[in-house]
Amino acid sequence: MTDWLGLGPDEWSAVNLSLRIAFWATLASLPFGILIALVLARGRFPGRILLDGLVHLPLIMPPVVTGYLLLLSFGAKGPAGAFFEDYLGITFSFRWTGAALACAVMGFPLMVRAIRLSLEAVDRKLEAAASTLGASRIWVFATVTLPLALPGILAGMILAFAKAMGEFGATITFVSNIPGETQTLPTAIYTFLQVPGGESAAIRLTVISIAISMAALVGSELLARRIARRREGA
Amino acid sequence: MLSVDVTRRLGDFTLEASFESAGKLTALFGASGSGKTTLVNLIAGLIRPDSGRIAVNGRTLADTDSRVLLPASKRRIGYVFQDARLFPHLTVAQNLRYGRFFAPRGERYADFDAVVDLLGIGPVLGRRPERLSGGEKQRVAIGRALLASPRLILMDEPLASLDEARKGEILPYVERLRDEAGIPIVYVSHSVAEVSRLATDVVVMREGKVAAAGPAAAILSRLDLLPADEMGEGGAVLEMRVSGHDQVFGVSRLRSAAGEIIVPRMAATLGTMIRVRLRARDVMVATEKPVGLSAQNVLAGTLAALEPVTDNMFDARIDCGGEIIVARITKLSAVRLRLEPGQGVFAVVKTVSVGPAGLAAAAS
Repeated sequence: MTDWLGLGPDEWSAVNLSLRIAFWATLASLPFGILIALVLARGRFPGRILLDGLVHLPLIMPPVVTGYLLLLSFGAKGPAGAFFEDYLGITFSFRWTGAALACAVMGFPLMVRAIRLSLEAVDRKLEAAASTLGASRIWVFATVTLPLALPGILAGMILAFAKAMGEFGATITFVSNIPGETQTLPTAIYTFLQVPGGESAAIRLTVISIAISMAALVGSELLARRIARRREGA
Repeated sequence: MLSVDVTRRLGDFTLEASFESAGKLTALFGASGSGKTTLVNLIAGLIRPDSGRIAVNGRTLADTDSRVLLPASKRRIGYVFQDARLFPHLTVAQNLRYGRFFAPRGERYADFDAVVDLLGIGPVLGRRPERLSGGEKQRVAIGRALLASPRLILMDEPLASLDEARKGEILPYVERLRDEAGIPIVYVSHSVAEVSRLATDVVVMREGKVAAAGPAAAILSRLDLLPADEMGEGGAVLEMRVSGHDQVFGVSRLRSAAGEIIVPRMAATLGTMIRVRLRARDVMVATEKPVGLSAQNVLAGTLAALEPVTDNMFDARIDCGGEIIVARITKLSAVRLRLEPGQGVFAVVKTVSVGPAGLAAAAS
């Protein structure tokens, strides 16, 4: 397996780990992303602007700052970190789970933004029609709002996934750069560039990185087209 | 039985409506901006009343005094929107079954195949709404509302976005729904033609208030109640029986207490009841039985009332055997004929101006 594409074990584990981290970061943040997007799109309450700003903060703050804040709160001695360790048995510090958390936080604004836009585009009149047909608010959301917002949700997931594949600053600050545990594609490329003769490995990983990004992009485009075609009644 | 007594403010507009109706099809009738849609949205539960009460068949849907406010999803009221509002991500069949899924199992009286058959939408079941014509969309929307097995159906100008030909395509289905489905319908419209053809009862809305309410024939002959732009369409609506066909001349005879009239050949069997609309502007008044006249329909009656419409127009209400026929005449004619209430007169109607109530008459 390690010979495939001429990858060494460290390189292979970085690819493997990056995919796993991006997958879980995207999946775990999705329910929260939809919820926050819904609150921002539909909610009318004091503090909405504050919440909006908070969600977007990782987009504009230096990633190192985000990583450091994660370390303070979700690290071994952080209050949130202690809670997750004691009650849920999840450890973040210097683990791949921590890298996934960092990636999720960094990709969250992108995900929320895409989902929010698609939720705002959903015709409320269709929801009203569904309610006259007997659907409660939750059913309306599940059978009308969510399916109609699906293209935006997919776009948000792709963006979050791509962000997770490329995340560097927050990850390395929060969970360091441990081969086999927290060394992702970008941190691995960075590491290979720091050692003499590591350039060929860095190039191989770069190519893989491009390939994965392209695949995600093309995949999402195909999906979006399929949804659009289905809606037009083919 | 639908009973409504509500107030609701929307910006500068205030709706204060109170009426009761037990009719098979109650038309909410009025000019645009008179509050018709606001009223049906209140009944459906899409907006809440500021105060008042709404009940259907004795079941309270909203009552601000006792703090009852059922959400739209619990009201069991079918709503056919002006813009159809079919779900674009579902097929026609899935759209139709949507409401059925939420209806309580024991109350699903509407049968899928029967409704599809009634509305003639079998051929399009597999399509997406995007691929339907305007008329097909509205029929599917009616079917979707009906299949939720509602206790009342609201139709908010379901024909407004359709051209005349498509309207003619939908109207018979609404009639069948009214006569066969047995669910009371509230039908919003600003068209006298539609209301004359469909309504059993009429509630006239004006500036957010109920201007009049009652049986269709009684309301529609009161031209002063109609919106200004539709006044020319108003007149008597008579229920008449087909009493004969004349193959040679291509005409049919219709009879009611008012007398017999001759109309263009109808494709109705002998003995069936037909609604006929005699527009006031198509009716002439004669003080003596006319001779040498091309108009074939001369109905004898007494002038019941002469109502001024404008400074120089009158509506002559003529009682023909207990049924009221309205003629719109000028003040000049009224003065020259020396018309006085109580005198015997004749109502004269041209055959070609008469058709079944509704669009056929409007087009002739």
